[in-house]
Amino acid sequence: MKDVSQNNEWDLLIKPKRKWLDLNIKELIKYKDLLLLFVRKDIVTIYKQTILGPIWFIVQPLLSTLVFMFVFGNVAKLSPAGLPQDLFYLSGVVCWGLFATSFTQNATTFITNMSIFGKVYFPRIIIPLSKVTASFVNFGIQFLLFLLFLSYHLLTGTTVEVSQTGFLLPLYMLILSGFGLGVGLIFSSLTTKYRDFKFTIEYGTQLLMYLTPVILPLTKVPPKMQLIFKANPVTHVIEAFRFSFIGEKAGAFSVYGLGYAAGMTLVILFIGFIMFNKTEQNFIDTV
Amino acid sequence: MGQNILEIENLSKLYRLGEVGTGTLSQDLNRWWAKSRGKDDPYSKVGQLNDRSGNAKSDFVWALKDINLSMKPGEVLGIIGKNGAGKSTLLKLISRITAPTTGEIRAKGRIASLLEVGTGMNQEMTARENIFLNGAILGMSKIEIRKKFDDIIDFAGCAMYVDTPIKRFSSGMRVRLGFAVAAFLEPEILIVDEVLAVGDAEFQKRAVGKIKDVSNSEGRTVMFVSHNMSSVKNICDRGIVLKQGQHIYSGTANEAVDFYMSEYSDLATAELALRDDRKGGTHFRFSQLSIMDNNGRQTSEAISGESLTLKIDYKKLKNLSLDQGFISTVILDKYENIVAVFRSDEMGFTLKDNSPAGSMGSIKLEIPRLYLRAEEYYIRLIAHESRPRPDNVLDYIDNAFQLNITAGDLWEIGSPNKPGNSSIFPASYSPV
Repeated sequence: MKDVSQNNEWDLLIKPKRKWLDLNIKELIKYKDLLLLFVRKDIVTIYKQTILGPIWFIVQPLLSTLVFMFVFGNVAKLSPAGLPQDLFYLSGVVCWGLFATSFTQNATTFITNMSIFGKVYFPRIIIPLSKVTASFVNFGIQFLLFLLFLSYHLLTGTTVEVSQTGFLLPLYMLILSGFGLGVGLIFSSLTTKYRDFKFTIEYGTQLLMYLTPVILPLTKVPPKMQLIFKANPVTHVIEAFRFSFIGEKAGAFSVYGLGYAAGMTLVILFIGFIMFNKTEQNFIDTV
Repeated sequence: MGQNILEIENLSKLYRLGEVGTGTLSQDLNRWWAKSRGKDDPYSKVGQLNDRSGNAKSDFVWALKDINLSMKPGEVLGIIGKNGAGKSTLLKLISRITAPTTGEIRAKGRIASLLEVGTGMNQEMTARENIFLNGAILGMSKIEIRKKFDDIIDFAGCAMYVDTPIKRFSSGMRVRLGFAVAAFLEPEILIVDEVLAVGDAEFQKRAVGKIKDVSNSEGRTVMFVSHNMSSVKNICDRGIVLKQGQHIYSGTANEAVDFYMSEYSDLATAELALRDDRKGGTHFRFSQLSIMDNNGRQTSEAISGESLTLKIDYKKLKNLSLDQGFISTVILDKYENIVAVFRSDEMGFTLKDNSPAGSMGSIKLEIPRLYLRAEEYYIRLIAHESRPRPDNVLDYIDNAFQLNITAGDLWEIGSPNKPGNSSIFPASYSPV
């Protein structure tokens, strides 16, 4: 048997221990059709058997924006003066949404897909990648909604400034979803062994949102809290996004801030991939 | 053809028993607390040792140990063993669902596994979408799947429901679709685990035909796990027997089945000497009943349409001159309906035994062909001192033995007959 294997070309080699970062790009390309199918499934099946159907994509951010406008804008009066509140809150909600879906959708990858992972093989990372792609689509639709509001304000002559940094939108998206994916991958490994983390996901994301400038501009954050806000990469992206599409009163564009956010995202992603890779080999024995 | 398509070398899989119970952080903290006080792990009892009889001696158990195996294109390998022998673990390792602890698997081409029914089917998605999804899971492109699409729908017989979500399918349709997808998407290696246990007889027949087709004409390799010995004999060229994670036998499919049956011959014998739920038994006592196949080997399972021999051992407890002893063997179904009676008085056999008290003897009942469908049956043994009458019973044991009959190729048409309680007679249909 051994001498035969020397001159054979094997397509598949299954060994006990893999490298701690094992991303087989060639294999992923082979499975690109599967990725697209999963993305389609994620987008189509979520709103199957609902009356409003795809309208739900925009109902959620609109409702959140309305609530924030009422609670934080009119009652607590936290929104920046002289700016359209709808744009301010919608921008925060849409940006936060991209991070939050990338994170929550991936945080329970192994548990939710246990039945399919237990029966068939495909590169497990396809599932998180498809979730992220689906959340891009989701973000795209919501961004169009934001543009609709923006153009209304531009046409009616409200003081809204759109700057060139808007071209960095793809970078904003990559950081938001990449950071969400990274944290999601870490959580997906943790939730496999400790279900406790599952309960922290929903609640934790809500709490975390109040530590980003979604509901109030960074300038109104008390000085003591500034550092906590700035430690979160999402903060810098929301600020830059608002600067780019609403104006400098809504947010600040900081190269260092974005650089920090991008660096942090890469580190978290790296850790996430390693943990995911380690978990996927044997998780089916422990769940 | 000479080259191997699959090679398995020193493959082992270790399971840690202590981890089986792990679910939440609190349990792990609890375990750590117990350990730090020098107590036993409170959750380690959850696990099971692979020989299932005794308690676990260590926290680890080898679900699979040092398996070596190689397969060539077109071969059909049957994997047999009791529950917990490691069959499913082996298939899981080959299908890359979990990683091995030691050893290596080398394969060429795609591996499609059909572990349980409806593998990788999404309930919300339609049949069409599921076919594409399953094809994509195998790493196929859309174009490749489109070529096979009509064949799959045809085999599954669900042309009307192509655009209906799977969740509205009957379970039988789901099974057919799942099998069709895996069989028609042309994997180089097809892994089939117990799928034939479900579905109706017609589907089973077609599935068996398709598996043979896949291996014979398309030259693909099939690994087949089943508890149904007649389908292993029918489909496979080669067979291996696993026991407690170890590879204990390999040979042709027929040899492997025979070996497996004799390996578990302890199931083939019923000790009757100490049974007290009997009538009589004071002078003459049935002591043992065992079943044997046509080669005279003890076996645990009888196959419909094949021969069966019952060996009845008895012991004389007191001096008794038997010149006109008669034995009756009754086969009952699980509802206690009598399905067959073998009375030695009407079959022209008389038991003559004048040996002294304490001596033992044996009788055998040979059934050349078992005309009974696959089902559980029970055997009742009766001995009479003379011509059978209610008042001359020597020994009477109800439920002396549970006879498990598995489906077999009774009609000699290449596929097993249907299970059920009824008996069958030799018969045939033909046009007049």
